[in-house]
Amino acid sequence: MSDELCRLSLTDLSRRLQAGEVSPMEVTEAFLSRIERLDGSLRAYLTVDARGAREQARAAQARLARGEGGPLTGIPLALKDILATRGLRTTCASQMLAAFVPPYDATVVARLREAGAVFLGKVNLDEFAMGSSTETSAFGPTHNPWQRDCTPGGSSGGSAAAVAADLCTASLGSDTGGSIRQPASHCGVVGLKPTYGRVSRFGLIAYASSLDQIGPLTKEVRDAALLLSAIAGHDPKDSTSLRAPVPDYPAALGREIAGLTVGVPREYLGEGVDPEVQEAVRRALATLEGLGARLAEVSLPHTEYAVAAYYLIATAEASSNLARYDGVKYGLRVAGKNLLETYLRTRTQGFGPEVRRRIMLGTYALSAGYYEAYYRKASQVRALIRRDFDAAFATCDVLAGPVAPTPAFRLGEKLADPLTMYLSDIFTIPVNLAGLPAISVPCGFSRAGLPIGLQILGPPLGDEVVLQTAYAFEQATDFHRHKPPL
Amino acid sequence: MDYEAVIGLEVHAQLLTESKIFCGCATRFGAPPNTQVCPVCLGMPGTLPVLNRRAVEFALKMALATHCRVAPESVFARKNYFYPDLPKGYQISQYERPLAEHGYLDIQVNGTSRRIGITRIHLEEDAGKLIHSDTRPVSFVDFNRTGVPLIEIVSEPELRTPEEAVAYLQGLRNILLYLGICDGNLEEGSLRCDANISLRPVGETAFGTKVEIKNMNSFRFLRQALEYEIRRQRALLLEGREILQETRLWDAAKGQTFSMRGKEEAHDYRYFPDPDLVPLKVSDAWLEDIRRSLPELPAARTRRFMEEYGLPEYDAGVLTADKALADYFEAVLATFPRPKQVSNWIMAEVLRELKKEEAGIASLKVAPRDLGRLLALVEEGAISGKMAKMVFEDMVTSGRDPETIIRERGLTQISDAGALEAQAREILAAHPKEVADYRAGKTKVLGFFVGQLMKRTKGQANPQLANEIFRKLLAD
Repeated sequence: MSDELCRLSLTDLSRRLQAGEVSPMEVTEAFLSRIERLDGSLRAYLTVDARGAREQARAAQARLARGEGGPLTGIPLALKDILATRGLRTTCASQMLAAFVPPYDATVVARLREAGAVFLGKVNLDEFAMGSSTETSAFGPTHNPWQRDCTPGGSSGGSAAAVAADLCTASLGSDTGGSIRQPASHCGVVGLKPTYGRVSRFGLIAYASSLDQIGPLTKEVRDAALLLSAIAGHDPKDSTSLRAPVPDYPAALGREIAGLTVGVPREYLGEGVDPEVQEAVRRALATLEGLGARLAEVSLPHTEYAVAAYYLIATAEASSNLARYDGVKYGLRVAGKNLLETYLRTRTQGFGPEVRRRIMLGTYALSAGYYEAYYRKASQVRALIRRDFDAAFATCDVLAGPVAPTPAFRLGEKLADPLTMYLSDIFTIPVNLAGLPAISVPCGFSRAGLPIGLQILGPPLGDEVVLQTAYAFEQATDFHRHKPPL
Repeated sequence: MDYEAVIGLEVHAQLLTESKIFCGCATRFGAPPNTQVCPVCLGMPGTLPVLNRRAVEFALKMALATHCRVAPESVFARKNYFYPDLPKGYQISQYERPLAEHGYLDIQVNGTSRRIGITRIHLEEDAGKLIHSDTRPVSFVDFNRTGVPLIEIVSEPELRTPEEAVAYLQGLRNILLYLGICDGNLEEGSLRCDANISLRPVGETAFGTKVEIKNMNSFRFLRQALEYEIRRQRALLLEGREILQETRLWDAAKGQTFSMRGKEEAHDYRYFPDPDLVPLKVSDAWLEDIRRSLPELPAARTRRFMEEYGLPEYDAGVLTADKALADYFEAVLATFPRPKQVSNWIMAEVLRELKKEEAGIASLKVAPRDLGRLLALVEEGAISGKMAKMVFEDMVTSGRDPETIIRERGLTQISDAGALEAQAREILAAHPKEVADYRAGKTKVLGFFVGQLMKRTKGQANPQLANEIFRKLLAD
């Protein structure tokens, strides 16, 4: 019975909570006990906040009893450990912040708290969200629930694994170059990266500010729509958050997709894409066609430059964003005999190899004499990539293609070869560079039994049409109903 | 060979906003360390800056007052460097696209007017402050100042002498004070000045190698540092040696500049646009609102003093070159509406007093109303001009009003013609020889008689009246 509660979608659990069929405390206990039983082998959680979760569940229960609950009241969530939580340590999976307890909530956390959600704890990620496998976490990798010797993807690997393994009802992740969509794809769950600026970044510990965006990882598309409704909207604390009114996302889900034009980027189904992924995506496209959508081939000619541009822009911003970890104010301090030595020791011991590599890359890209050739050129490429998408969306309502070129890879397989790892983000990165909304929705399995995701991309602020298309696809298929063998 | 100096100034002014530039913390000076801080200005993980609209308005006022072209869209950039007083590891500033460019300031030196170009004005945040322990090898950081809004005003390299540099800085400071956007305190660092200076042979148009000088926290130090640097560079050039491109610090105690870092050690700040902030857009309507809100500025006030009060250009210029002094002048006029007399008194007595004390008008104990009363008493003939100077000196030290001083010291002037005439007759009777001299044409002797009368009355005789009485009696 208790495991059954954990398997419910947010939508279903919410209905049962509102109807009084189950109580938030009962649900929370079910999750705490399941985490206790299963997370030892998955290692999705970095911090389980049993005490906090029970308190929140009790408050939610009282609220529901007063009839004041909303759709998220009493819903147990896991937060990527890059979202600041007041009074609860927020590590970014780094030694640098291993003991850091923020005195403030991220805006999204505050909004969910307000809505009565229950936070089970903080889940694993690549250190400072830098990675595509959750292997760069200073506290060890998370395992893919479908196959323990595979990575869950990254950087929101803890979020995706926790949702897939029913260790939470839903999770919030962050996506800088695919960090929500790729692990969602690899773990067979739904992952939505909203339009840049749709969700406040206040309290999201920055990796690359112009690309970072918070979004939900859920069991079903409707759950993602519900969560997005709760966290979207202008925040006076984030100058880059958009003022556009927030639409009723769940209301968009019932709409038919007959008559929509789905663009298929030629560059997304070519060489380098695993045949099983190609096949699953082509079948998914046929399903969309079967639902009345019109397929149209489009071209995004600058796709091949996206990864290079991304690794200049993201690392440049990261080199600056991570300068604050200097051992002076908070976080790790490894004292040296003078200031310079303290800086060097703190940052050498506090950051792992991938973070150090990206800081060095970014520092280089911004240096006098290299800025024009690297950072500025990359910014120009970014503008061209945006233009590619503008042209495509002039004739298409959404675009569709794979999330990643392959299903989940094995732990350790690409860790030693950063370039190959970087290239696995080729289909997700352009979306961040252009600030677009995109979702990963389960669309099949490899012969080895690993999930494959379909990516649906929308124009800026087209989060609704993305959800609408993904929901139509999900309702016509049953991939989202499959559960990993645990 | 003769050399000329090429000087440019970079001036930082702290803006008098209530709150910091990117968060809501207070900006009050002198609060206990780290009591005006929050997660945003401490650069805590995940926090984001939000621009203070007031700070932009203040900066725009300065831009308009110095005739700059305001950019419809400017961009904040990060200046990256490590230092414990810089919590984010970067300072938010503006770089490629500043708020305003292409302005100027007119300065006057030795009666000659020159127009000095202003390259740019941009907004940025201040850093914190290090406090070094006297007893242990430990430093502390006070983040109260972190995030206080600053504007940086960069001049063209068009200043040629230390005097011009001082006049330029005084001119900027004066405008800041007129606008009420900075308290202009060089000693406390709410107004800071760095100088770039190079020498070149007179007639040469290319620039020599420039040296940057920092740490000049008064007008006097600015002048002395530039004078020193001109001597130092000239001596090197005359010996045929090279000037090193470097940053030097002014040491006021030693009266010299010292090398702080060379060109090789110069920071690479790795500027790039700050992705946490959107471009700052200034609409025409907003700019117009600001333009309408500008107070009367020094140049306009000079013209008004000439037209409304009939002051000579020189007087009007001196009075308005210091907002507080001009305010004082106008406050005295409220009690004693004779502009030229008030101006004369301020230009002579008040400025002499201030120069003696090296102080500003704000520290003068004489209230404008009391100075007005004093001048009125002279006008009414109650005291002589000479007495007034004595009374004024008393007012400066004691801060008392003129009537009290005059009463207590018995300084009232005798303007009773009858009383004075009786004494005058006695004096004439006692000095028959001098009377004869006068009548023989030696009219200078009149001064002697007046002097005698002054002596008898302990200086209280109205001198004009005394003159008249003697002239009349001797003519009889």
